[in-house]
Amino acid sequence: MTDGYRLQNVSYAYEEQSPVLRDLNLVIQPGEFYGIVGPNGCGKTTFLDLLVGGREPDRGEIYLDDRLLNSYPRRELARRVALVPQDFAIGFAFPVAEVVLMGRHPYINRFGLPAAHDRELARQAMEFIGISDFAGRKVNELSGGEKQRVVVARALAQDTRILLFDEATSNLDVRFTLQIFNLARQLVREKGRTVIAVIHNLNLAAAYCRELIFMKQGKIVCNGPIDQVLKSEIIEDVFGVEANIAIDPFSRTRQVSYRYWSD
Amino acid sequence: MLLAVICAIILAAGLGYMEISVSDIFRVVWAKISGNMNSLTDIDPAVPFVLLDVRLPRILTAALVGGGLALSGVVYQGILLNPLADPYTLGISSGAAFGASLALLANISLVGCFSVPFAAFAGAVATLFVVLRLSSFNGRMSANTLILSGVIVGAILSAGISFMKYLADEQVAVIIFWLMGSFASRSWSDVLLVSLALVPGLFMTFFYAGDLNILSLGGRSAESLGVETGRVRLILLLTASLVTAVCVAVSGIIGFIGLVVPHLMRFLVGPDNRRLLAVSVPAGACLLLLTDTITRAVLPVEIPIGVLTALIGGPFFCLIFRRRQQGVQYD
Repeated sequence: MTDGYRLQNVSYAYEEQSPVLRDLNLVIQPGEFYGIVGPNGCGKTTFLDLLVGGREPDRGEIYLDDRLLNSYPRRELARRVALVPQDFAIGFAFPVAEVVLMGRHPYINRFGLPAAHDRELARQAMEFIGISDFAGRKVNELSGGEKQRVVVARALAQDTRILLFDEATSNLDVRFTLQIFNLARQLVREKGRTVIAVIHNLNLAAAYCRELIFMKQGKIVCNGPIDQVLKSEIIEDVFGVEANIAIDPFSRTRQVSYRYWSD
Repeated sequence: MLLAVICAIILAAGLGYMEISVSDIFRVVWAKISGNMNSLTDIDPAVPFVLLDVRLPRILTAALVGGGLALSGVVYQGILLNPLADPYTLGISSGAAFGASLALLANISLVGCFSVPFAAFAGAVATLFVVLRLSSFNGRMSANTLILSGVIVGAILSAGISFMKYLADEQVAVIIFWLMGSFASRSWSDVLLVSLALVPGLFMTFFYAGDLNILSLGGRSAESLGVETGRVRLILLLTASLVTAVCVAVSGIIGFIGLVVPHLMRFLVGPDNRRLLAVSVPAGACLLLLTDTITRAVLPVEIPIGVLTALIGGPFFCLIFRRRQQGVQYD
């Protein structure tokens, strides 16, 4: 089974504005951990929207498993790709367990009830993230970090081969951030899932991703395996900051350090 | 809940200027259904007339309108992700009222007795489309801009209605009384009209109630969970607007039912829209019927029901609102 994306000359523009995404060409292999990095407003979130099928490209084609993305019915696509969005406001006071169970929505018939299998997957997802303790609490009473973990659990319950994270850990402290990233890493390594994550923290990206995609002003500046693309000249080009990359002896990963100021 | 509605209907049918006993109500209704009116010789001949031609149409209209307003409230609140939303927030009621006022003022009678409902529906749908057009960018709607657009359009329409009242001269009383809402002298054709909107409306909303739950996660998440966000929102908004328009056309503007009922029921059964719909519609029917019965049979002078619901519902709602805000603060 191949769950790869293939993008050909993809462009996207909001109404009567200059394009947000320009001429993207990219192949995303299954079973890898991808990181998308770039400055604010460079089109990363729009890019994820295209991958999840929430928007359609103005020009060019996106293929998923060698089939045009917009030829998938929505429900079928939702069984292949899950999204952990940046904003996770939940309008009404649903209990946590019900929100996680909503991840099973693409599998449940319109008038049917969730099967035992659906409930089991939701339970497992909650246990995996470690939120079983507050399964009965109302979701709007949770703290920002707790809510975000509920949303991650919901995406896990969706049980898709591909998981998209849109800055999913921006509201979490370092412990939960590492927990979520380790979990994603585990899914990639043990279950062959594909993770595509928009990440602001370059050091997190460097530690977890096998492949990096650098974006700037709606274009892909460069992409490839981390050891080939994580370079100080690329970081300077994309972010406009001076950086140095070295193997950190403690974590044994590539880490970026910045020139914070120059006196 | 359904049982409660039936009980309320029977209770309301007995009350009024002429007291009618429960057994007489059953006998008259049964006689009507079986077509055997001759069996009622021992009952005052005025009773069947009062019951069948005056009270029952009014009672059934009130119950149906109450259910319809509650249904619209559930849908609007679910789509706008705002437990304080109702047909007014979107300007739909104002649009319907504007259309109906226009018809009353111009004395349009193109489609006979259905001209006012028809104009109200046209006004509501036109408003809905203007509001949707104002609030959608890049083919997407956001809940916040939807409320803002609704408020803006509603304000313009209210000014329009005021202008029409100013123009109306002698006819102004008709418009004002109708705007305040009333169930007096409703006929079987009103019952039919509201049922024609409410029954398909119920089917439609129940069909999409599960999707409405997912929509409360926000449009982007709902889409990634396989919900056709734009289409579901459009269909539900159209359905709710149609139901609202017909309710406004039949009974004028009746506030707070669409707001308070779903809100209260959410305390009872939680936010799941399938359960919420199932209890809100009968609850709305009971509440409005009860209120109407109070104005009709209990109060010495019949006051417009729209005024009564606002007078009772408003402070009540303020109370809930305060309590909610405090709860949030102390978290």
